[in-house]
Amino acid sequence: MINVEHLTKTFGAKCAVDDVTFSVSKGEVLGFLGPNGAGKSTSMRMITGYLPPTSGTITVAGFNVADQPLEARRRIGYLPENAPIYSDMSVLGFLSFCAEMRGLFGSAKKDAIDRVVQLCFLERVLHQSVDTLSKGFRHRTCLAQALIHDPEVLILDEPTDGLDPNQKYEVRTLIRRMGSEKAIIFSTHILEEVEAACSRAIIIDQGKIVANGTPDELKAQSPFAGNVIVTVGNVSKAQLLPQIEALKGVEKVWIVAEKPEHVTFQVVPRGNVLPELLEAGTRNAWKIEHLDVEEGRLDDVFRSITLPDTKPAA
Amino acid sequence: MKTIWTIAKRELGTYFTSPVAYVFIVIFLFLAGAFTFMVGRFFDRGVADLLPFFLWHPWLYLFLVPAAGMRLWSEELRLGTMELLLTMPVTPWQAILGKYLASWIFLAIALFLTFPIVITVGYLGHPDYGRIFCGYLGSLMLAGAFLSIALLTSSFTRNQVVSFILAVVVCLFLILCGWPPVTDAVSNWAPAWVVDGLASIGVMTHFDSLQRGVLDSRDLLFFGSVIVFCLFANSVVLRAHRA
Ligand SMILES: Nc1ncnc2c1ncn2[C@@H]1O[C@H](COP(=O)(O)OP(=O)(O)O)[C@@H](O)[C@H]1O
Ligand SMILES: [Mg+2]
Repeated sequence: MINVEHLTKTFGAKCAVDDVTFSVSKGEVLGFLGPNGAGKSTSMRMITGYLPPTSGTITVAGFNVADQPLEARRRIGYLPENAPIYSDMSVLGFLSFCAEMRGLFGSAKKDAIDRVVQLCFLERVLHQSVDTLSKGFRHRTCLAQALIHDPEVLILDEPTDGLDPNQKYEVRTLIRRMGSEKAIIFSTHILEEVEAACSRAIIIDQGKIVANGTPDELKAQSPFAGNVIVTVGNVSKAQLLPQIEALKGVEKVWIVAEKPEHVTFQVVPRGNVLPELLEAGTRNAWKIEHLDVEEGRLDDVFRSITLPDTKPAA
Repeated sequence: MKTIWTIAKRELGTYFTSPVAYVFIVIFLFLAGAFTFMVGRFFDRGVADLLPFFLWHPWLYLFLVPAAGMRLWSEELRLGTMELLLTMPVTPWQAILGKYLASWIFLAIALFLTFPIVITVGYLGHPDYGRIFCGYLGSLMLAGAFLSIALLTSSFTRNQVVSFILAVVVCLFLILCGWPPVTDAVSNWAPAWVVDGLASIGVMTHFDSLQRGVLDSRDLLFFGSVIVFCLFANSVVLRAHRA
């Protein structure tokens, strides 16, 4: 559905997007991750045809965005960053304008408006002026605009920015639900959203793609993935450390927390350390209170990829 | 075509949902009347024509048209809705024309509401209606030309005040270029071709000849070229915003 090849955008001497290639097919929800200024919005603006690329090609639903911009745009629903919206209209007036711009008139327009109003929970504010809306409603009104023509492709730039937790949840659920029959790209810097809504994620930093995979694949790249975390109740730190360091399967170990009643340590394994660790526990009569294998958190992956100089905090 | 009208409809709606439009029209009608009757001494002349009425239009438009046009693009830039508008299936031309038409229609409505003065001269004497028509046409074209300038300057900046001032300066230049006091002053020291050149790009020469009831295609062509030039420049500026 969306094909991006060698996309590059420079502003003067600054390279905002640097040779980015990826594709999204129907039924996929692609999470676009990256720190502020990474080039997410710039990429999305090029895909929607707002900014012309410096080089590279983009096709949307088979139409080249540079050559057939109108055909491509007809198939795209776009929520720009910060959800801009005409402030001097009512929600209904705004949606009606957007529907007409998409070629929907008469009963088709009415049906489309009814559908998105329901989808985005706008009944309550339908006749209210956009000026007086709370941020959450403004955002959802702009989102409704992106959905009004039921597009095959959705480009959402930070769709949950500025929403409260309940609204964030609603929008994520909506994205996931629509994901089955559309191709969706949404950008965010909230990592839990990627796990909640995406089938695939791309991490972009300084204009370059630095990671691309399913959320699980990305999590496995965490420097902490596979680490074993154990809480032991009846042994002091001084006794414990030598006992663990003696094990062959232990690459590295450090104390995470030390309290009078128990000690928590984390082990970086070399191979599968669990049987050996449990055996050592039995041998030394540890009172194991808690044992966990870290599956990796996206935060850590994100940090380790986008901040290469910072070592993971021990 | 439908898209242009959709955009124009939204812009017109914007004028009339805020009190600005009504204030604008009232000010326009009040000033047009005040200049005609008090400064232009409409009744004392004892001639049944609208010369004292149209005489002041360039000076009224100098401020009112930039005021009507200053937000057209500035507001889109400020709100960020330009990104929304231009990623819908529209060409920049459709967006420009839609905005331009809406504002021109708005100015035409304001101008149309001066019709009581036509009834007044018709009641008082036997005016030359062809000449009045020419006068209105000239006034509408002048408003259109100034509007295209205001539309262009509003695309330069997100700040409406700056957009307003730029438009006033450009319009003032075009008025002064062909205004007799200025052309007379210039002719004292400049060669004739400079004076003629200035006069021909000035709006006053063309406006005046329409006021005299001469429907010359060159005058219409002049206003038409100003409009086309500014709308074209507008599309170039829009492209530059997105580069
Ligand atoms: N119109 C522009 N002119 C110059 N630089 C820009 C422009 N738009 C974005 N940039 C720069 O490009 C980089 C990427 O910006 P952006 O795509 O907005 O990042 P993100 O959305 O990932 O936070 C930033 O460093 C930003 O300063
Ligand atoms: Mg951004």
